[in-house]
Amino acid sequence: MNEPAALTDPPTSSATHAPRSIGEPSHALVDRSLVAVGGGAACIVGLVLVAVAVVVLEMALPSLRELGFGFVTGRHWDPVHGDFGALPFLFGTLVTSLVALLLAVPVALGVALFLTDLGPPLLRRPVAALVELLAAVPGVVYGLWAAIVLAPLLRTTVEPALEAHLGFLPMFRGPKVGVGLLCASVVLAVMILPTIASMSREVLRAVPAELREGGLALGATRWDVVRRIVLPHAKSGIFGAILLGFGRAVGETMAVAMVVGSRADITGSLFSPGYTMASVIANEFAEATSTLHVAALAEIGLLLFGVTLAFNVTARLLVSRVRGPEAALARVARPREESA
Amino acid sequence: MRTELDAAYSGRTLAARAATAASCIAVAIALVPLLAILLYVAQRGLGALSWSFFTSLPKPVGEGGGGMANAIVGTLELVGLASLIGIPIGIAAGLFLAEYRTTLLARVGRFSADVLAGVPSIIVGIVVYAVVVVRMQRFSTLAGALALAVLMLPLVARTTDELARTVPDSLREAALALGASRWRIAIHVVLRTASPGIRAGCMLAVARVCGETAPLLFTAFNNRFWNESVLDPTSSLQVQIFTYTMSPYDDWHAQAWAAALVLVAIVVVLNLVARRVLRGPRAA
Repeated sequence: MNEPAALTDPPTSSATHAPRSIGEPSHALVDRSLVAVGGGAACIVGLVLVAVAVVVLEMALPSLRELGFGFVTGRHWDPVHGDFGALPFLFGTLVTSLVALLLAVPVALGVALFLTDLGPPLLRRPVAALVELLAAVPGVVYGLWAAIVLAPLLRTTVEPALEAHLGFLPMFRGPKVGVGLLCASVVLAVMILPTIASMSREVLRAVPAELREGGLALGATRWDVVRRIVLPHAKSGIFGAILLGFGRAVGETMAVAMVVGSRADITGSLFSPGYTMASVIANEFAEATSTLHVAALAEIGLLLFGVTLAFNVTARLLVSRVRGPEAALARVARPREESA
Repeated sequence: MRTELDAAYSGRTLAARAATAASCIAVAIALVPLLAILLYVAQRGLGALSWSFFTSLPKPVGEGGGGMANAIVGTLELVGLASLIGIPIGIAAGLFLAEYRTTLLARVGRFSADVLAGVPSIIVGIVVYAVVVVRMQRFSTLAGALALAVLMLPLVARTTDELARTVPDSLREAALALGASRWRIAIHVVLRTASPGIRAGCMLAVARVCGETAPLLFTAFNNRFWNESVLDPTSSLQVQIFTYTMSPYDDWHAQAWAAALVLVAIVVVLNLVARRVLRGPRAA
């Protein structure tokens, strides 16, 4: 364990020497019951997670049994005729999340470096506060803005411009309707930007100040320090932050549902309407009538759960590994508490 | 003062300047959508906001006027109930995770909380639908609140955990030496010392679920009228924004902007207050 672990005795061994009066319950008893409450609450967290996994799996069972592996390779989704192929949703989620990452990562890294190394110190705090505000705006408000402001802007200005200059690529050709994969990607990029920026900032901050000072003392410029010392040191943590952003993009539902166009189709064009895993659940779950339709949507939920789980766990491992040295330094800084 | 050395390294200083400029540009790009959204929400929202927005029920399309009184109350009710469920359990779990951090249960609990925090909220929605709505055979405020509570739980637990762990062990040892029991310490020493941070964390968790929409779609559903009890479906600002945005009517779009303004105001105020609470003792 990395953290200072001074208190190691098991919960039950906690004895108390406080005087007690007759008639009051013994402190040991109160103590034990309060430990039980805390432990119970911790159990609830674990049980909720297990319950989520089990319930989604159980709901998806009819679909898993009946459709088998064809579910993830099927290209047609037509609940009315009993056609359930989830590939268009996997495709839509992958495309929108990847494009969102491409748009968001360079900007987010720029912001993170601004906040830790490159920006004028006076501006760092207000910029950090604004970026956090960006994270606080509810997804549905992003969706509203994207549907009413961004989509028309894409249709009238951005998409024609992209086609005119980059139209030789098939992904920048097609019907210019505004709502579609591109619009969803842009909203997602805006939404995951603060996640990646603030996680990266934390990772960059964890790079020991001694390393930076050493570099500067040797005559390196701030950028040299960033490029040669800070970034290599924080590499895997930044990768973790990016994965975390990807996990958020995959799971984001409302903003995407409002602008993705809601058509279960696989096309090569970013302009055309599509669908994602989370948004099809949001749109169809309440109206699904047949058992198989509900189960198929639950199986999409199960896939979504699996994907986000894998990404989040990997990301957290990467980020905590980088946080490690800082925690170690902190321990060295106050060894007295460690020895207790 | 310029020296020869500076001149020799001008290439590097140039690169440093370019990097600084690039990071400034990145900040500008990041802030454009934020400012655009806030500006649009403020401008269009204020234009559509009126007294009746806060006092009357939604009107059918074309009648004009009408408001979202039931949705505003619905959001407060949902978030209030969710907080009642999620915050106490979250704080208790968080304290356990911090005070018994080396036990197996604490490690499993911390891992579960981290994983649960990353589960997409729509999945929590379908789980609560299957467990609560299907059993009770009705959409209800209670089901919506439960879904939101599940989302709050890991946030509150992990914040409490992290903050409780910043409380120096010397304080715990002093209390132990005075004969206090472990949970007395947890409540009277650790919780009290970390309380500004924990309060701020709870506010941020509340702010976070105020905006959650996806898990409400199949749990609290929607309601054109007031909900009579917690067992009735309820309207909420979040779901109303979604429904009205997806409609083709300009009236409803205007109402959606107004609802967005109210929602963003709630969230921003909670965030600012949380920040204030967090900074309070340090400034003093």
